[in-house]
Amino acid sequence: MDITELTVHELQEKLANKELTITDITKAYVDRINDKEKDVQAFVTTLTDEAMKQAEEIQAKVENGEISGKFAGIPIGIKDNMCTKGVKTTCSSKMLENFVAPYDATVVEKLNEENIINLGKLNMDEFAMGGSTEYSYFKKTKNPWDLRRVPGGSSGGSAAAVAANMVPWALGSDTGGSIRQPSSFCGVVGLKPTYGLVSRYGLVAFASSLDQIGPITKDVRDSAMLLNLIAGHDRRDTTSSEIEKKDYTKALKNDVKGLKIGVPKEFFGEGINEEVKKKLEEAIEKYKELGAEVEEFSLNVAEYALAAYYIIGCAEASSNLGRFDGIRYGYRTPEFKDLKEIYKKSRSEGFGAEVKRRIILGTYVLSSGYYDAYYKKAQQVRTLVMNEFNKGFEKYDVILTPTSPTVAFNIGSKSDNPLEMYLADICTVSVNIAGLPGISIPCGVDSQGMPIGMQLIGNKFQEETILNAAYTLEQAIKFRENYKPQFKGGAN
Amino acid sequence: MARSDYEAVIGLEVHAELSTKTKIFCSCPTEFGALPNTHTCPICMAMPGTLPVLNEKVVEYAVKAGLATNCEISRNSKNDRKNYYYPDLPKSYQISQYDKPLCENGEVEIETKNGKKTIRIERIHIEEDAGKLNHDDFGGGSLVDLNRAGVPLIETVSKPDMRSAEEAEAYLRKLKSIFEYIEVSDCKMQEGSLRADVNVSVHKPGEPLGTRTEMKNMNSFRSIVRAIEYEIDRQIDLIEDGGTVTQETLRWDDVSGKTFPMRDKEDAQDYRYFPDPDLVAIKLSEEYIENIKQGLPELPESRKQRYLEEYNLSEKDAKLITSSKYLSDLFEGAIKVCNNPKAVNNWIISDISRILNETEMEPIEIPFDSKQLGKLVVLIDKGTISSSIGKKVLTELFENPRDPEDIIKEKGWIQISDEGAIKEVVTKILEANPQSIADYKAGKDKALGFLVGQAMKETKGKANPQMLNKMFLEELNK
Repeated sequence: MDITELTVHELQEKLANKELTITDITKAYVDRINDKEKDVQAFVTTLTDEAMKQAEEIQAKVENGEISGKFAGIPIGIKDNMCTKGVKTTCSSKMLENFVAPYDATVVEKLNEENIINLGKLNMDEFAMGGSTEYSYFKKTKNPWDLRRVPGGSSGGSAAAVAANMVPWALGSDTGGSIRQPSSFCGVVGLKPTYGLVSRYGLVAFASSLDQIGPITKDVRDSAMLLNLIAGHDRRDTTSSEIEKKDYTKALKNDVKGLKIGVPKEFFGEGINEEVKKKLEEAIEKYKELGAEVEEFSLNVAEYALAAYYIIGCAEASSNLGRFDGIRYGYRTPEFKDLKEIYKKSRSEGFGAEVKRRIILGTYVLSSGYYDAYYKKAQQVRTLVMNEFNKGFEKYDVILTPTSPTVAFNIGSKSDNPLEMYLADICTVSVNIAGLPGISIPCGVDSQGMPIGMQLIGNKFQEETILNAAYTLEQAIKFRENYKPQFKGGAN
Repeated sequence: MARSDYEAVIGLEVHAELSTKTKIFCSCPTEFGALPNTHTCPICMAMPGTLPVLNEKVVEYAVKAGLATNCEISRNSKNDRKNYYYPDLPKSYQISQYDKPLCENGEVEIETKNGKKTIRIERIHIEEDAGKLNHDDFGGGSLVDLNRAGVPLIETVSKPDMRSAEEAEAYLRKLKSIFEYIEVSDCKMQEGSLRADVNVSVHKPGEPLGTRTEMKNMNSFRSIVRAIEYEIDRQIDLIEDGGTVTQETLRWDDVSGKTFPMRDKEDAQDYRYFPDPDLVAIKLSEEYIENIKQGLPELPESRKQRYLEEYNLSEKDAKLITSSKYLSDLFEGAIKVCNNPKAVNNWIISDISRILNETEMEPIEIPFDSKQLGKLVVLIDKGTISSSIGKKVLTELFENPRDPEDIIKEKGWIQISDEGAIKEVVTKILEANPQSIADYKAGKDKALGFLVGQAMKETKGKANPQMLNKMFLEELNK
């Protein structure tokens, strides 16, 4: 048995019936990281030694009855934009290369309460800005299915680590598709919860009104379990909603009879790869076979949402990233002659090109004289996008789209063309703009063997509906049983 | 052309630090005077990933201030970000309010030499204070102290309704006294918890308003008055000499008594205001506002009226005492102890006010409490000490406040009212001054005063003056 092939719920079973110990599990993952990290490069910081030590401690405590709990000793990986007390949180930026937060993000606290073991901090596009993880200051993470390709982004490290079995599951963050798109590229399950379901406290902000933390897992059941752990109101984040605690695994009924699925034809038009389209159509057929009512409809939001997204997201980012000024923490230029130069040089040298591009764009759209034409209009578009979705949800329980117009592309093929990179978000951003939950699950592979992702969008706080729909398809097509990452194109 | 052809137009933006226990977006204490950066946390230091949570007390205090200045209270309000870079501003934006302030369209009444006048208030909004830079203390560098970062402020913006430095001062005093009364700010100007940005322009009545200049962060009445007067003169001179006033931010220099342009032209700044996505909208119910309205304490105007009726104070005295909540509270507290409003009134308007003026102290800084003042009056009323000893006790209360009874015991200031002891002194003084006896007998009444004075000197002021007088007369008339 290869332990690292197992899902978390399978690990739990084996722990419960004593087939495995906590140290067995952590050891297996540490070995796997030691074996695969050189090819995949998913981690900014690995905590293998610390994890082993922790595993032994937790194992001992479980044995003498000091602690119990189904998640005690389960390992995890965390995207490097969530603060971890005493462990570097870099956002894959030179700016925060040596930043160690003196506090844990709320989600990290929740994992710690369950005695979950952190295997390390995962690579990402700098400050979560990008769709390929190529904009990391430290390293380019590779796609485990084909090492010449990108894992997607910005949570590319998280998705690649899960796909490569270097962590059983991981946390990612999603501002415009940063959980769903890399999950799609890496053939894993990625859930962006409804805005406000998960606390953002301790998540280094990119765009405050769009950012959400969510699970990246091997299957839908694990996704529901991790969501159980991280969801809930947090008094430290006033944008987090006060909704009742749910057990999302209870929603997994493996039954979609009578479920109304709307398929917006605009998401299957120009720019969508034919093979992607074909696999999605097969998934739709499968849903029909399973008893769902599928209907095509018109949802004209994508291109407007994309424009609004880049205005709102950049505007918020330009302000959120102002604190990286070289004064209190983070990178400071070694030589300067006055205050202005500290700012100018620290920020010029500390930020990468994509981050600077978005800061400049965001500063521009908020400038006096341009505010009404850009930011205000983008907020109005945002309202229209929400209204369009609301109309859709009057008729349908779930909206089905591709997660990305294409499969994972080659490293370097888009990194010099920001506009083309921005278009990779076309299917996902409208979900953030409207604050809705969305899940990406793999629904097949293309002729090159690269995974294709399907996105299911639900109404606000209807995670249960999309989780069940995703689960039901997953049970029917058995993607994990049929396809595995091949680490193609590696040196060895 | 005559100076009197010009009219000054003055508006004030007054920043008052709110006296909440904790900061506006985190739970750090707001207390003044702590060691640098000891009242800080990841939130007010703007560490990455941290989020603000609005302190509800701040909203309550601002609504109180709005109601006490006759403002309309917004049912729907929000927080906005004001973006600019400065080392004392850790997030590189200040959370403030832009287009939806909590309070709007208020007014207060001031008294001027030409009678009562209404000053309109455009808005009152909540915002966070910045930190402080300490220059030069450490090898020429600057060090940032973030204790003050995130201390809640209300900014009260007046309409440009004032026409002289005197009116501006009266308006500021009025605001200060209202904020003190409703206990939203301690308004300590020296500690910077009340400070004003002053806008001044001049024009000829009937002509369009002139270009205004702004003087920032003024924190004493005296400098505000001097600065306004200087700036009015400067602008008139400039125009008379054929020049034009430039819209700019000025720095008032107290030493030279002049204004200077600030090096950084603030007017060129674009703050890129936008709604703070980390904070939800502020929605206030009718019930919430009504509750605050019901809970508002008695304001200076009605206290003054009560003093006129209940205690028979003169208009002038009542006005002086009620101008400050602290004086007014001192007055009422002392009366509770001694039940002698007249005497307490006299102490406050004469000796206490004189000492405050001489030492440039604010009423809030009076170190003793109302009980101690009341006790002082009681000691005089009972004849335990004379009123001249009372003055010494008051000085002592300012220097080292403690129970007046302890002071007089410690200092041996208890009045000698024992007949035998008084007689002894009288006999001694008479024996030493035969000439005075002769003078008195020759009809020079002044001699009596001299003898009493000598006896007071002998007893270091402790002898009961009435008894001395009486006994000298008895002896002299024998």
